[in-house]
Amino acid sequence: MSLSIFRHLLLATAVCLLFSCHKEDPTPLETGSIHIEFDNVVGDENLVLNGKTYTNAAGEEFIVSKLDYFVSNFVLFDDQGRSFTIPQDSSYFLIREEEKKSQIVTLNNIPFANYVAVEFMVGVDSARSVSPIEKRKGVLDPGEDLGHSGMYWSWNSGYIFLKMEGSSEAATSANGKFYYHIGLFGGYSEPTVNNTRIVRVNFGEDKASVSSTKIPQVHLFADILKIFDGPGTLLKISEYNSIMGGQPDKAAQVADNYKHMFTYDHTH
Amino acid sequence: MTTHTKYNRLFLMGVVILAGIMASCGNREELPEPTDQTPTPVEWKKPDHFPDPVYNFSANPLTEEGIELGRFLFYDGILSRTNNIGCGTCHQPQVAFTHHGHELSHGVDDLLGKRNTPSTQNLAWNTIFFWDGGVHDLDFVPFNPIGNEVEMDETVPSILEKLRAGPRQGAKMPVDYPKLFKKAFGTEEINTERMMKALSQFMVTMVSATSKYDFYLMGDQNALNAQEKEGVLLFEQKCSSCHSGVLTTDFSFRNNGLIPLRINDQGRFEVTANEEDQYKFKVPSLRNVGITGPYMHDGRYRSLNEVLDHYSKGIALFVKSGSPAVKTLDPLLADPEKPGIPLSEGEKQAIIAFLHTLTDEVFVKNPKFKDPGIGNAL
Repeated sequence: MSLSIFRHLLLATAVCLLFSCHKEDPTPLETGSIHIEFDNVVGDENLVLNGKTYTNAAGEEFIVSKLDYFVSNFVLFDDQGRSFTIPQDSSYFLIREEEKKSQIVTLNNIPFANYVAVEFMVGVDSARSVSPIEKRKGVLDPGEDLGHSGMYWSWNSGYIFLKMEGSSEAATSANGKFYYHIGLFGGYSEPTVNNTRIVRVNFGEDKASVSSTKIPQVHLFADILKIFDGPGTLLKISEYNSIMGGQPDKAAQVADNYKHMFTYDHTH
Repeated sequence: MTTHTKYNRLFLMGVVILAGIMASCGNREELPEPTDQTPTPVEWKKPDHFPDPVYNFSANPLTEEGIELGRFLFYDGILSRTNNIGCGTCHQPQVAFTHHGHELSHGVDDLLGKRNTPSTQNLAWNTIFFWDGGVHDLDFVPFNPIGNEVEMDETVPSILEKLRAGPRQGAKMPVDYPKLFKKAFGTEEINTERMMKALSQFMVTMVSATSKYDFYLMGDQNALNAQEKEGVLLFEQKCSSCHSGVLTTDFSFRNNGLIPLRINDQGRFEVTANEEDQYKFKVPSLRNVGITGPYMHDGRYRSLNEVLDHYSKGIALFVKSGSPAVKTLDPLLADPEKPGIPLSEGEKQAIIAFLHTLTDEVFVKNPKFKDPGIGNAL
């Protein structure tokens, strides 16, 4: 008889343990996914690297050879006034114009709801910028993906948030190129400028409905002309052929510009 | 088969399943399969008279195999584009991990850097790295010399590929890195985190705490002679506001009155872009200073005599020079009446005698730090 009680106890414990394995999942089973596409454009044209010539607000013609930027810390807002913050470990993405699949961000484990806006950071937040090496995985691993696109400053530890390079007749550099590498997360032991920017994009009248049958795809535009022209500065290639860590004030103005480069287009 | 034994079997099966469930709930990384290849833990001992270390050992527990892998990586030129410049090329153990005799070090293709090689000793206490403090975590230090065009001029992805490829044709000593990584970390996987943590494991073992001065600090009055003891007192009065404590540095950034060389190196300012940081460089530790010349961030002085002459006489000349660097001269050196540090010849000799007691013979001769035979000391 005592053996039988023990067996029941065993069964009960096993059942408890089975369920306790899933205890940490914060939300119930009603979750799905959402895609957010970052479509890089130049005004009303699609961005083409190394080919087409574009004109910025200062009237300078230029060609773009590289455009990479980090987006992170995503938050979704639904039509009931609720927000859902994507767990931080799953919330870092590197958008690279050279790589189509990098331009579609997939957020998983999203509660079923009708979403009306998205918020994200351009850049990598200061906490993650100083986190230990075991926290630097995927696009944050300075020795893997990043090494190829060079989105990390090794001599002044930190990520480059946005990198745009190209060439222009207006550039005064020896090779006619311009290099905009915008980073700086606020400093580790002494404050520096902080060029992370929070962006909120509303979907207008549209709703991106996450359900068991639908993975909505929200299509955003990122207009690089806004990098040259926005509330921060009217950036002229003739005046600045290189903006990196050495001109933090200018970099901050460019960050004020890129905060406004994102607009909503449609959802399907 | 009786019913009883059948139940017993069922019961046993239940126990096995239950154990399986319990194991599956745990984080697999925290429960490695015990095998005869489990790395051997190494206890890192803090010298009694040292402060607590800064390095986070809990995230990177030392093992014999991890340290050994780190030693190979430290010396192997595979970390450079040209496969012949290792960390140990410029950080040589017999001179306390500096590049003895080199004002500026030469990396790939003999390209010259712009600053004097700092020592990699006592890094477990370092709060901030390099002359300009651009890196604040030891695990991220190697990215800097690896990526620097005049040092190793290599990328970490490329190094990882070379390491994964196994013993390299034409190498001075072909090393089976997948095997060494397996010994250190349990599997042959080679990734950034493992590479950097192995390097850190080796580097944090480089503890210099057995100089004559250490024995004096620990209570052996006979460890120093009369002149050296006089030097200790003078050093405490005249030098220790910056070269403070048992590590002989406060890890601050200061402008010590050197007229900038042709390249106009602005030091800390290049990292913070704060004008107050112009021409400031990190206060270096003076441990083993007697064997780590040349001195200063640009290696301009060959001897300790010249260094002390700079502080006693050179700063006044610096102030008069009208150099743009004068405006951030450290206040401790900027007495308007007598800039610099007043020192008589006798005092200088006593301080130098003391500085030589910081030479740690046990440390520089420790066979555990030696190049295993793969390095190039150029």
